[in-house]
Amino acid sequence: MLNIDCPYCGPRAESEYRCGGESLIQRPALDCSDAEWADYLYTRNNPKGVHIERWHHVHGCGMWFNAARSTVTHQIFATWGMTDPVPELPE
Amino acid sequence: MSGYRLAEGGRIDRSRTVRFRWGGQPYEGHPGDTLASALLANGVSIVGRSFKYHRPRGLLGAGLEEPNALLQLGDGATTVPNRKATEVELFDGLSASAVNAWPSPELDLMAVNGLVKRFIPAAFYYKTFTWPHWRWFEPAIRKAAGLGRAPEAADPDRYDQRHAHEDLLVVGGGLAGLAAALEAARAGRQVLLVEGDALLGGAIFGRQSADDRAEAERLAAALSALPNVTLKTRTLAVGYHDHNLLSLVERLTDHLPEDRRRGPRQRLWKVRAGEVVLATGAIERPLVFDGNDLPGVMLASAAGLYLERHAVAPGRRVVLACNNDRAWGAALALAEAGVRVEAILEARAEVEPALLAAARGAGIVVETGTTVLQALGRRGVTGVRTTRLDAQGHATGEGRRLPCDCLLMSGGFSPVVHLHSQAGGSLGWDEGLQAFVPGAQPQACRSVGAAAGDLDLSIRPLWHVARAGADPSPSAWVDFQNDVTAGDVALAHREAFRSVEHLKRYTTLGMASDQGKTSNVNGLAIMGTLLGKAPADVGTTRFRPPYDPSTMGAYAGLRRGDLLRPAAGLPAHAAHEALGAVFEEYGHWLRPAFYPRAGEGEARAVAREAAAVRASAGLFDASPLGKIAVKGPDAATFLDRIYVGTISTLKPGRCRYGLMLNEHGILFDDGVVARIAEDHFLVGTTSGHAAAVQAAFQEWLQCEWTGLAVASENVTQGWAVMNVAGPHARTILQSLETDIDLSADAFPHLAHREGTLEGVHCRIQRVSFTGELSFEVAVPTRYGLALHARLMEAGAPFGITPFGVEALMILRTEKGFLHLGSDTDGMTLPQDIGFGGPVTTKKVDFVGRRSCLRPDGQRADRRQFVGLESLDGRLLPVGAHVLRPGEAAPGRSQGWVTSSVNSPNLGRPHALAMIEAGQSRLGEEICVWDLGTSHRARIVDPCAFDPEGVRMHG
Amino acid sequence: MTRYGALSLLRGGLSGQTNWQPAWREPAPKSGYDVVIIGGGGHGLATAHYLAANHGITNVAVIERGWIGGGNTGRNTTIIRSNYFFPQSAAFYDFSVRLYEGLTRALDYNIMFSQRGMWMLAHDRHGLEMLRRSANAMRLNGVDAELHDEAGVRAAIPQLNPNPRFPVLGGLCQPRGGSARHDAVAWGYARAASAAGVHILQNTEVTGFRIAGGRVTGVQTSRGEIGCGKVGVAVAGHSSVVGKLAGLSLPVQSYALQAFVSEPVKPCLDTVVLSPATGTYLSQSDKGELVMGAGLDLFLSYAQRGSLPWMEQTAAGVIELFPQFSRLRFLRQWAGICDVVHDSSPIIDESEVAGLHFNCGWGTGGFKAIPAGGWCLAHHLATGEAHALAKDFGFARFRTGALIDEAAGAGIAH
Repeated sequence: MLNIDCPYCGPRAESEYRCGGESLIQRPALDCSDAEWADYLYTRNNPKGVHIERWHHVHGCGMWFNAARSTVTHQIFATWGMTDPVPELPE
Repeated sequence: MSGYRLAEGGRIDRSRTVRFRWGGQPYEGHPGDTLASALLANGVSIVGRSFKYHRPRGLLGAGLEEPNALLQLGDGATTVPNRKATEVELFDGLSASAVNAWPSPELDLMAVNGLVKRFIPAAFYYKTFTWPHWRWFEPAIRKAAGLGRAPEAADPDRYDQRHAHEDLLVVGGGLAGLAAALEAARAGRQVLLVEGDALLGGAIFGRQSADDRAEAERLAAALSALPNVTLKTRTLAVGYHDHNLLSLVERLTDHLPEDRRRGPRQRLWKVRAGEVVLATGAIERPLVFDGNDLPGVMLASAAGLYLERHAVAPGRRVVLACNNDRAWGAALALAEAGVRVEAILEARAEVEPALLAAARGAGIVVETGTTVLQALGRRGVTGVRTTRLDAQGHATGEGRRLPCDCLLMSGGFSPVVHLHSQAGGSLGWDEGLQAFVPGAQPQACRSVGAAAGDLDLSIRPLWHVARAGADPSPSAWVDFQNDVTAGDVALAHREAFRSVEHLKRYTTLGMASDQGKTSNVNGLAIMGTLLGKAPADVGTTRFRPPYDPSTMGAYAGLRRGDLLRPAAGLPAHAAHEALGAVFEEYGHWLRPAFYPRAGEGEARAVAREAAAVRASAGLFDASPLGKIAVKGPDAATFLDRIYVGTISTLKPGRCRYGLMLNEHGILFDDGVVARIAEDHFLVGTTSGHAAAVQAAFQEWLQCEWTGLAVASENVTQGWAVMNVAGPHARTILQSLETDIDLSADAFPHLAHREGTLEGVHCRIQRVSFTGELSFEVAVPTRYGLALHARLMEAGAPFGITPFGVEALMILRTEKGFLHLGSDTDGMTLPQDIGFGGPVTTKKVDFVGRRSCLRPDGQRADRRQFVGLESLDGRLLPVGAHVLRPGEAAPGRSQGWVTSSVNSPNLGRPHALAMIEAGQSRLGEEICVWDLGTSHRARIVDPCAFDPEGVRMHG
Repeated sequence: MTRYGALSLLRGGLSGQTNWQPAWREPAPKSGYDVVIIGGGGHGLATAHYLAANHGITNVAVIERGWIGGGNTGRNTTIIRSNYFFPQSAAFYDFSVRLYEGLTRALDYNIMFSQRGMWMLAHDRHGLEMLRRSANAMRLNGVDAELHDEAGVRAAIPQLNPNPRFPVLGGLCQPRGGSARHDAVAWGYARAASAAGVHILQNTEVTGFRIAGGRVTGVQTSRGEIGCGKVGVAVAGHSSVVGKLAGLSLPVQSYALQAFVSEPVKPCLDTVVLSPATGTYLSQSDKGELVMGAGLDLFLSYAQRGSLPWMEQTAAGVIELFPQFSRLRFLRQWAGICDVVHDSSPIIDESEVAGLHFNCGWGTGGFKAIPAGGWCLAHHLATGEAHALAKDFGFARFRTGALIDEAAGAGIAH
């Protein structure tokens, strides 16, 4: 059970949240190619290391936000609002 | 072994007697005893049988490390299998027996396995039982395997759960834990200290000095006096999870006589701690020599604890074999208590003069550079054969034969690093200690005391007593419970199972219910000697939760019965109940399925309801339909991007049916959207799906279209919605007091109105899922019951009939109205159900559109939504598949029946289906195949009733 | 390879167990192989075995970072079944079940495949309709399927909760489904492959690829560079990590799936039971442990750790089905890293890098597919053509949209 620091509410248990997967993905325009669209839908960075992902505080304030989390240790390095700039992160 | 109770000492209450039964026989003990100490005090030496060879076994340990004394506690619904005698506090009326032994551990008929032991070494089952087939052998093997019996009736006990947030959690109530807690508490931190045992104070080496005991009492008293400290005994930390969350299991009633048990049996604590201190102590290791599993061979620390806590001596003639200085304490204490200690066989060549003097003073013979070659005896130890060790630690030949009835052993100590490892901490090998100790720790956690390797130990490694060059012995036990011997480790080595995980899995070493607490290090060290590697280079297996087996009921907590998933009730639930509704759960909502009258079964009731709606009027509780308010200057723009159809052209006061997709093009939701004002929409969703739709809206608004000024809110539970449907619907509604003009001209189909109804604010939509003239009347939730009553009253002259979900399904199926999730699934694209237009022609992009345009979406043979007419008059089962006429299984499915009803209004069955290229095959005859039965059917239009929609628009 | 059997055990007993040979050799790596398989789990070892057995290609190395069978092969709940909806899936997985049925003989290794039946329960009307749809699909696909009403379910599983929160309306049984000893599958394939000449290189980590002109020509490892003609990657949850070494991004996400065992008890459950209402599935192993599984932790993870919420939910789910198990105790919790793709169907295909093949996307269900997954990857590596059973399980489907979405087939709508 992760302890996630909602930028709007403070630290709360993982059970209040839902993970929305990789963040900062560009949505292609309608006239993109099938390959570009497949990339957008299915290809994921899926790193063994720091992952930038988005979370929804669904049983809380209802806000989405970004988090940088290690997929190995599960340590969360930072959380920030969806439209805020990406903070400095470890490699 | 002939254990007995000493005349004095111990932390037991001799003034009271506790009566218990073991294997049906009556025994007595005292408060403060564990079942193990009481059995030992009563001279019971064989307390169990091993898993595989059914060898007689006595107590090895005194705590959670005990591998042998497994028992079935109690009987009936409250029986618990595989409890360790060492963890069971004695209570009046306790009844227990050994597991895995029949008829008794004294005389176990399965001991025949021991006779063929040499033909069934580790992993033998991978090499045989294949002819004629595994299934010929498996039943007998299953019967022989397993330890205790699972209860056969539901658990009558309750379990509780609690959360706690602490500055500091200290795990372990020994001296190190108490001191760490006090230091933090005095610095003003909020501290929780938990101890699995019933007593604080700890006892790593079994016996505590009087000074240590006084110090523990002083610390505990000081902690008890502080308001910012909570001390909990009988509370075992079993799991160390992410982000400093620990799970603890508190035993609340297990130690009480059954008639004094009140409240929950156990409580699972979920503690989020700022910092964690692990003061979990260390566990003594056995020595590995021939016959080391005989009853009467015991860990030295266990003997010390039985003496100190329970005033029980493990035997009358004791020998200690050890390789470290710490084990001596137990022997010296026994001697001091008047127990005859014959000898100390010390593997080390040199011994501290103080220890030597103490032993000499107690009349104990000390032999250094010596150990046990073999424990002698059949059903219990009767003596030991000693051997001198050479400089490399090899046995050099047969030494003396020493008679004894109890052999204490100590092969060193392993810090309890389990929680440290669960937390993600690394382990390092400590040469001085000959043990794994905690290394780096990524979480806010530190180990202290013995758990940190702070043991001040003098030790000579001695992993396996054998002559130089000799193979590890198949008569020297490493894992007692699973019957893994040093010979099995050698076998694993010979057969290439050399990594520590292969060793474990191949031999089952460390996989028993003690999870290798006494065996893992010995096993991997023996493998190391075979590989010519130090234990550090062999490594150890990962430690996993729980530290000790933990009751599943405690993890489930209150999630049982109705609380497992509470169902949502309708605002007018009481009214439906009064009408005799049969309730079923549809997407978390408890809704009337139908309202049977006296003597009516489901089919007749549902048919009557469906017919009444078309004949006169019906009343349906539509409150679960999702309602999402969407407001803001960009609301119309937003909904244009969400819906397949165009929403921005909708006029205020009007409604429109719409489809939503997910980004993969798959139908996500459908419903009616109403425009209340230019910048205000009410989005209708399917029942039980409002939260998901709202979540999707918010994801798009917050994560993708962050520039749009739109707010959305799920208002489903704010409104009770009653649907009046049928030819008399308008007349009935008009008989209520309202400021809304309900006439056909003023209130056309797909219109939305707001006003008051019987003095209450209301929203009315003229929408229809039945194909009838139909109004959905929404009032604030608290008026739902009243509205239902008023409508029933007003409709009474017209015979208004309450109808449930099943009748609604008939009505919409007759009309060919699609029901999302029944007629569609996770493959359905909008073009499959006749909504392909906007995919190619709409002016703006919308969610999922691009996915529909991929090659697979354009295939001509996609399954399409159609109706099916049964040609032989029988109901076509939902879930039946469509084949070519005359075809049967195995065959190629062209699609399947998705909805199917016996229509009272058509007087025949009607079905809906998804069929390959179905829309272009109207009129074609196909075969509907269901589990071996074939039906003839014809592909028709989905709508079979009032295709022009006269009634709905009337 | 010494033949196993009662006779060999007898010889072992009389010789002090000195008659046994290593189950696999521990050779030094050669400078090159015809085929290098990355990943010594079930799929990788099976691929090596079938390269040798079916295609006579024995100049093969299996490179394993840790110890063979240590990933998901040794961490799953050992369920074998072919109750799939789509014809492609049914054909593939039923082929796998058929190979499993003969595997003990084929490998001379008792994998203890126990066909005790796989039950899927229905708790509401819609669930029952979906089971019917599945049962019909299975029968049409030539797979054994029995649809039972409540009485039928209770006759087969009499221990089920008589007063459940979620009523049991019926169940779908695949009698040929069951479980097997997972470690034995890896070890049996390894032993057979090694005997045929395959090199199994444990504790060897692949650190990069040698790619020339768009074609893979070798792998860099922690024990030096190894040349090869072709590469098969079968590393489950680590597919993206290995893919990245070749510059590839895959449609794969890695999630932790956890499992649990209870302490061993005498026989109390004779089949494999899955309950969709609680997301729980369980069976009892031959050793007597209840083997229980649950859902994925839905955030990316390479940590093979379980989480507390699933432990609680699994306990609740098991107790809802069998309230008498409430007093049994969890013995152990662990997790494996699953390679999840959007449609829960595998990828067995050559990548954009010529000669570099992937076998991944198994999600939570790779164990049952080991024989067929190895068979098909070996075929593709040996012949250069996708095996007929695997031709729809390629990378192309993500571009065309021709997904084989088994979750959708099972009626999970959205």
